[in-house]
Amino acid sequence: MTLLSLDDATVAYGRDAPAALANASLRVNAGENLAIVGESGAGKSTILNLLLGLRAPTSGRVLYGDRPLARRDRTMMRAFRRDVQCVFQDPYASLDPRRRVAAIVGEPIRSLGIARGAALAERVTTALERVGLPADATTRFPHEFSGGQRQRIAIARAIVCEPRVLLADEPVSALDVTTRVKVVDLISELVASSDMTLVMVSHDIGVVAELCEQTIVLERGSIVERGATSDVLGAPRHPYTRKLMSAVPRLP
Amino acid sequence: MTLLALDGLTVRAGDAVLVDDLSFSLDEGERIGLIGESGSGKSLTALAILGLLPAGLAATGSIRLDGTEVVGARERTLNRIRGRAAAPVFQEPRTALDPLMRIGKQIAEPIRRRGLRGGAIDQAMRRLLAQVALDDGSRIARAFPHELSGGQRQRVAIAIALAAEPKVLLADEPTTALDVSVQAEILALLDEIAAARRMAVVFVSHDLAVVSRVASRALVMRRGQVVEHGGIQALLASPQHDYTAGLIASARRFENALERQMRS
Amino acid sequence: MTRRAVTLRVGIALTALIALIALVSLVWLPHGVSDTSGGRLAPPGTDGYLFGTDRLGRDLASQFMIGARIAMVTGIGAVAIAAVVGVVCGIVAAFAEGWFDDTLAGLLDVLIAFPTLLLAMLIVAAQPASIWTAVLAIGLAQSAIIARLTRILAKRVLQSSFVAAARTSGTGSFGIVVGHVLPNIWTTLAVSLALQFGLAVLAEASLSYLGLGAPPPNASWGRLLQEAQQTVLVAPMGAIVPGLLIVVLVIGVNLIADGLREKLDPTARGRIIA
Repeated sequence: MTLLSLDDATVAYGRDAPAALANASLRVNAGENLAIVGESGAGKSTILNLLLGLRAPTSGRVLYGDRPLARRDRTMMRAFRRDVQCVFQDPYASLDPRRRVAAIVGEPIRSLGIARGAALAERVTTALERVGLPADATTRFPHEFSGGQRQRIAIARAIVCEPRVLLADEPVSALDVTTRVKVVDLISELVASSDMTLVMVSHDIGVVAELCEQTIVLERGSIVERGATSDVLGAPRHPYTRKLMSAVPRLP
Repeated sequence: MTLLALDGLTVRAGDAVLVDDLSFSLDEGERIGLIGESGSGKSLTALAILGLLPAGLAATGSIRLDGTEVVGARERTLNRIRGRAAAPVFQEPRTALDPLMRIGKQIAEPIRRRGLRGGAIDQAMRRLLAQVALDDGSRIARAFPHELSGGQRQRVAIAIALAAEPKVLLADEPTTALDVSVQAEILALLDEIAAARRMAVVFVSHDLAVVSRVASRALVMRRGQVVEHGGIQALLASPQHDYTAGLIASARRFENALERQMRS
Repeated sequence: MTRRAVTLRVGIALTALIALIALVSLVWLPHGVSDTSGGRLAPPGTDGYLFGTDRLGRDLASQFMIGARIAMVTGIGAVAIAAVVGVVCGIVAAFAEGWFDDTLAGLLDVLIAFPTLLLAMLIVAAQPASIWTAVLAIGLAQSAIIARLTRILAKRVLQSSFVAAARTSGTGSFGIVVGHVLPNIWTTLAVSLALQFGLAVLAEASLSYLGLGAPPPNASWGRLLQEAQQTVLVAPMGAIVPGLLIVVLVIGVNLIADGLREKLDPTARGRIIA
């Protein structure tokens, strides 16, 4: 079942500027974790913003299920936001420094009208438990936590309303190597144990290999290769993919 | 000839010890990696070698850079040896370059400090730009930093570092902020230049694979202390300390995942 | 005590002193406001007249106290207007994009470039002189500065990752403003508003000195200064004291602003690279 898709989507920021994303089509199918690989300027953030409904394509469509995403349709957007959540890249910037963890993690529940009061608090506690943070974290502020813990808070916020699609924007790039493993394991376990499909944007091929069965490769706004991760990484056909693979630093 | 010798370097911020009793030495042409995660003190060590510790931090012990003692040295002494004895390449190319000054002028500065004037500066600059594989030299020289890509800016940063003809190159996560394909090119460039000029290199990074590309010897740091040191091959093959083993395991974890995918 | 704690405390002490005088003036004055029985230009210390009397025999000390009340009302009033109007306009402008954004920014710049005093005079001259027109005029003129500051601060917050996260959490624009933008900008605004307080008092004093404020006995310090001009050599207290009081209040408020900035600025915390 296709949960989310892009249909020939193009995003151009000005009439003269080259397109940030050109004629991109992709499908997010339930149960198939998808990786979007590319370097800076490739269009990863643009795709992410489209899939999150944060911007509309200049041409083409974003489809939620089988319906075009209508950003002004509040009922649809409410359901959409509940189903599609995101873990952002920078754990030091994606949490409001002035809010306590309880308010941060509970925001989707509150804004989407899913629950209030005690029920809300309970869902927050459950989410924190699932990401391995103690219940007393609720009264603390983000700056009291390490990078890895902050990313866990961000993950808790993303899963608190039990979305079907979990988007992740370079979720571990800003973390230390040993912390990366723990957070990757956490994401892997969360995705496996619930009805969630992962769409991960990343430039880190090792993490992609660990988490995603399907991979799309972006170069300067265009999708140049796609397929099963093992095919794309193991037998890359496009010269850009080959260049990427050969550039990955390997341990001797 | 020993170009850099650290002996018992300790960096404190008030009561907190950020670098604890660090010692190593580098001869001409030698390379060493400082491997560690955030909070390990590796970047502070690089700053201390240049006498650039932020206010509020105090260094004790000894750092002898090309014969001159850096710890406790006056700014005038440090100004004389910076550039000529050691030059840095930092992580963030965006902040290493003056955004309001053209590239040519920024590279010319260290060249002028060496004593060259007029046409000789221009020549030296073009040679440097060519060495860091920035072929369109005149266009680059006239450009401002924001007009260049991240990889190009880092090449400029390397050119500026080389312009002073340093004996020791201090690279602090020079490729971490760059794309993977660019990273490979910059690492190859650093390797080649360091070999050609017989420079000693201190390479600071959290990435084992990246360090092993440039250096053959490494110190593993954790919370300011050296946990293990030795040849990189030996460290990888048989780490003595749990922390080192943990770092290697984490790095191998993703490599193994990659290999599994590639093989299936 | 750290240096910035001293700054804040001294500022609060000075401002509180004036505020106290203003509050006391509401319930008690040494002499009646229109009581001209003191004899013209009596020197300070005569017979229950702490600072002497003015040209018409009215007690100067009482007038100074009323001046304190007016200064406080002006400061608070102007700042309140500037805060409400400025912040609302600034937030609206922060959401603007493209040409609308550029137009608003240009408009704000023009308003700020326009001398506050001149603007205030234009507004006030069209009305009968009263404290409220002065407060309104100054407040509106200052709101442009607050609006521009709010716009810049709010824009930066709106571009942050955590606001993007709030949007994907389903929070609407109003919720984002109240829950994320305002909490993250209010400390910087507070410092700016504290500074505007001092500027408002000075602006009102200048307006009154030029004759555009209420006349005695409900005079502000600026007006009292003007009144004392002609007799400054004979009765200097009439000029020295209001001038001094203005200085005390403005410095007090500026020190509060300085102390607040040190205390509230989140970027003042250093970060160590390791």
